[in-house]
Amino acid sequence: MEWIQQLINGISLGSIYALIALGYTMVYGIIKLINFAHGDVFMVGSFIGFYSITVFGLGFFPALIISMAACALFGVIIERIAYKRLRNATRIAALITAIGVSLLIEYGVIYIRGAQPEAYPDVFSNRSFAFLGAQISIQSILILSVSVVLMILLQFIVHKTKTGKAMRAVSHDTEAAKLMGINVDNTISATFAIGSALAGAAGVIFGVYYTKIDPLMGVIPGVKAFVAAVLGGIGIIPGAMVGGLVLGVVETVVSALGFSLWRDAAAFVILILILIFRPSGIFGKNTREKV
Amino acid sequence: MKKSKQFWLFIIAAVLVYTVVQVLIANGSMNQFYSNTLIFVAINIILAVSLHLVIGITGQFSIGHAGFLAVGAYVSAIVTMKLDLPFFLAIIVGGFVAALAGLIVGIPSLRLKGDYLAIATLGFAEIIRIVFLNIDYVGGAAGMQVSHLTTWTYAFVCLVITIIVIVNFTNSRHGIAAISVRENEIASDAMGINTTYYKVAAFAIGSFFAGVAGALYSHNFYIIQPGQFGFLKSFDILIFVVLGGLGSLSGAVLSAILLTVVSTYLQGYPETRMIIYSLVLILVMLYRPKGLMGTMEITDYFKLWRTPKGGGQHGK
Repeated sequence: MEWIQQLINGISLGSIYALIALGYTMVYGIIKLINFAHGDVFMVGSFIGFYSITVFGLGFFPALIISMAACALFGVIIERIAYKRLRNATRIAALITAIGVSLLIEYGVIYIRGAQPEAYPDVFSNRSFAFLGAQISIQSILILSVSVVLMILLQFIVHKTKTGKAMRAVSHDTEAAKLMGINVDNTISATFAIGSALAGAAGVIFGVYYTKIDPLMGVIPGVKAFVAAVLGGIGIIPGAMVGGLVLGVVETVVSALGFSLWRDAAAFVILILILIFRPSGIFGKNTREKV
Repeated sequence: MKKSKQFWLFIIAAVLVYTVVQVLIANGSMNQFYSNTLIFVAINIILAVSLHLVIGITGQFSIGHAGFLAVGAYVSAIVTMKLDLPFFLAIIVGGFVAALAGLIVGIPSLRLKGDYLAIATLGFAEIIRIVFLNIDYVGGAAGMQVSHLTTWTYAFVCLVITIIVIVNFTNSRHGIAAISVRENEIASDAMGINTTYYKVAAFAIGSFFAGVAGALYSHNFYIIQPGQFGFLKSFDILIFVVLGGLGSLSGAVLSAILLTVVSTYLQGYPETRMIIYSLVLILVMLYRPKGLMGTMEITDYFKLWRTPKGGGQHGK
C-alpha cells in the first residue's frame, strides 16, 4: 500500500503549496501583480516560527499565530512601501519591483543572520499509526488539519465578512468599488495581510514538516506555488487550493517513480502546458480581449 | 550618409579601444585581474545587448535569459573539450544551438503576454538548467572542466559583431516592426504586421548572442556548473537592461560596464552586492520606471547639446 503513503505525502506537500498559492492568487486577483516577494514572506514566517519556538520556548500553535501576525504586518509594510506607488505603473515596472523586493528580503535576511541553514526543533512526537497498510505520522495529520482549518477560515472571511465582500468587489472592478464608497487602499492592504499570514503559516508548517530552513528556501516553493495558482486559475481562491494539491501529488508521484532529480522540472512542465493550452487555468473562464 | 558616418566612427572607436587594451595586455602593464575584468565586462555587455533586443526593442518581458547562456556555455564546451574542435567554431555552434533553443522556447511561449510570458520563460530556463543537471555526459551537478580559451580578442570581436548586428536590426524595417510590437501589439497587428514572426525572430537573435556570450563565459571560468545558470543569473542580466533604460542600447552597455565593475569590487561581499542590486531595481522602478536613459541613446544627448547652438533644425 505504498501508493497511499505517497498520496498522503503528496497531499501534505500540496497543502503547503496551496497555502502559499492562496496569497499569490488573492494579490493577483486584486491588483494584477505577481508578488514575487510572497515566497520570501513564507521564508520570513518560517524563521519567525523557528525563533519563537527555540528562543522563547513556545509551542507549535503560539508560534504559528505569532508568525502569522508578524507576516501579516510584514506583507502590509511591503505593500505600502513598494507596491502602492505602482498602482498605475506598467505591469513590467510592477513585476521588476516585485523581483527587487524579493531579492532585498532574501539578501537582507542573509546579511542579518548569515546564510547557514537551521534545523527546526521537533514540536510533535514522531508517533505514527497504520492506516490501510500505510504508515501515517501524527505530524502529517496535524499539518493537514491546520491547513484545512485555515482554508475554511479564509473562505469564511472572503464570503461572510464585510472585508471579504470589499475584497471581492475591488477585485471585480476597482473603479466601481471606489464609487460605492469602498476604501480601496485599505482593502488591498487587508488582502496582503491575509495572504501573507497564510504564507507565514505555511512557513511554520514547512519547517515542522521538512525540518531544514534557510534564507533562500522561499524561492522554489514560491515559484511552485505560483504554478499552483496558475494551474487552478489565477485570481480564483478554490482554484489555488486545488492547484496546490494537484501539484503536490504530481511532484510526489514523479519522485516516487524514481525521477527525483526531475521533480522540479515537473512543476515547470505543468506550468508551460497550462499556459499554452489553458491559460485561464482549471477553474478559469475564458475572457475575450478588448481593444 | 549620416548613418554611415556614425558607423565608421563606431568602427574607428572600437579599433582604437581594442588596440590600446591589446597593447597594454601584451606589454604586461595590465595585469591578469584587469584583463579578466575587461573580458567579463565584454561578456556582460553582449548579454545585456542581446536581452535589450528582446525586452527593450520588442517589449517581450523574458526573465529566462540565463537558460540560453547555459545552452551556449555547455554546447561550446562540448565542442572544444569533447570533440576537440577549434574555439571560434565552438562560439558559432554555441550561438546557433542557443538560437534553436530560443526558437523552441519562443514559438509556444511568445503567444503569452506580460506576466505570463515572464513566468513561462523563467520556467523554461529552469527546465534547461535541470536538463543539464541530469545529463551525465556534461558532468551533472559537479560540472564540467573547460580550458581557458577566451582572450580579449575573441571577447571584443564578438562584442563588436553583436552591437553592429543588433543596431542594424533595430534600424531596419524589421526593427521598426519590432518596436511597433512593443508600443502596441494590437495596433501593429491591425496594421498588418506579423507580430508573432517579429517576436520570435527577435527572441531567436537575442538567444543566439546569449549563446555566443555563453561560449565566451564557459571558456573564461575553467569550470561550468548548472548552478551558475539559475534565476539569479537571469536577474543579473535583467538589471543591466532595466537600469540602463528599457529600449536604450547605449544605456544597457553603460549599465553593464558600471555594474560589472561595481560587482567585481564587491566580490568579497556577495550579500551586500545583492542588496545594492535589489535596492537599485526598486528605486529605479519607483522613481524612473523607464530606466536611467529611457529610450534615449548617447548620440541623442550629443544632438541635444548641439541643437541650442546651431538652432533651427530641431530634428523631429
